[in-house]
Amino acid sequence: MYEIVAFYLFSALTIGLFSVTVMSSNLLYAMTSLAAGMVLISGFFFLLGADFLGAVQLIVYVGAVMALYSFAMMFFDATRDIKEKNTNDALVFLLGGMSALMLVLMFSAPIFSENVQALYPMTEGVGNAQDVGMVLFTKYLIPFEVAALMLLVAMISGIILAGKKMDSSLTEDMDADDEIMIVKDEK
Amino acid sequence: MIGLSHYLIVSAIIFSIGLVGVLRRRNLLMLFFATEVMLNAVNIAFAAISHYYNDLTGQMFAFFIVAIAASEVAVGLGLLIILFKKYGSLDLDDLANMKG
Repeated sequence: MYEIVAFYLFSALTIGLFSVTVMSSNLLYAMTSLAAGMVLISGFFFLLGADFLGAVQLIVYVGAVMALYSFAMMFFDATRDIKEKNTNDALVFLLGGMSALMLVLMFSAPIFSENVQALYPMTEGVGNAQDVGMVLFTKYLIPFEVAALMLLVAMISGIILAGKKMDSSLTEDMDADDEIMIVKDEK
Repeated sequence: MIGLSHYLIVSAIIFSIGLVGVLRRRNLLMLFFATEVMLNAVNIAFAAISHYYNDLTGQMFAFFIVAIAASEVAVGLGLLIILFKKYGSLDLDDLANMKG
């Protein structure tokens, strides 16, 4: 009973929040609703017994990714509404819905053909985090190391891409700064 | 009782919301938000299949998807900042400079 109530509550709230993310023309509203939706998705993971994945979702998505987005929002003008020239909305909804349905059918076909066998079954009497650790550091050790390397590359490229010319302002025009400098020089 | 198909249906709905966002957004930062929505929908499906088939592989793939999403955001935001410095806007229609 508790699980049913939680599932329907979480799913209704996530769908509503993500629709706000996709439809809103305000950057701040879109980002806050995205963060709230990600918190609720970690609730799904806790419902499904994937405790460690839920904690990782909270730390990485809500903690790191959303903090990065909110830092990036300081560079762009966040208070102004975004004007977008929208093409045919009904066509977009039809195309998006149809192609998403097709993708889901394609990828869920092997599940319904009953051909799925558990490669790494969960061990009884062991917590989820310990179980994940045992599989991750034995069977998935090389992908884990490759992911670590990829994160290092992403960190270096992020620093190099965003770090150039950080002393100059992005949003204010440069002429205003120059005028201030000139006024200071005259004094 | 909540079955696997319930979770898959919710995941499909969230995925189609993200896909509609990718198709209709013209602002690059909003496009990034829509891709995050799609990645999260796939994570829900992986965790649900992992739970109902009693298999840890789904959770492993969800971990790697989280790692890929984090590095995608780091590189993508750096590129967005460079684009904004160069053009002063993040609108895809303004950035299109090849007229065909």
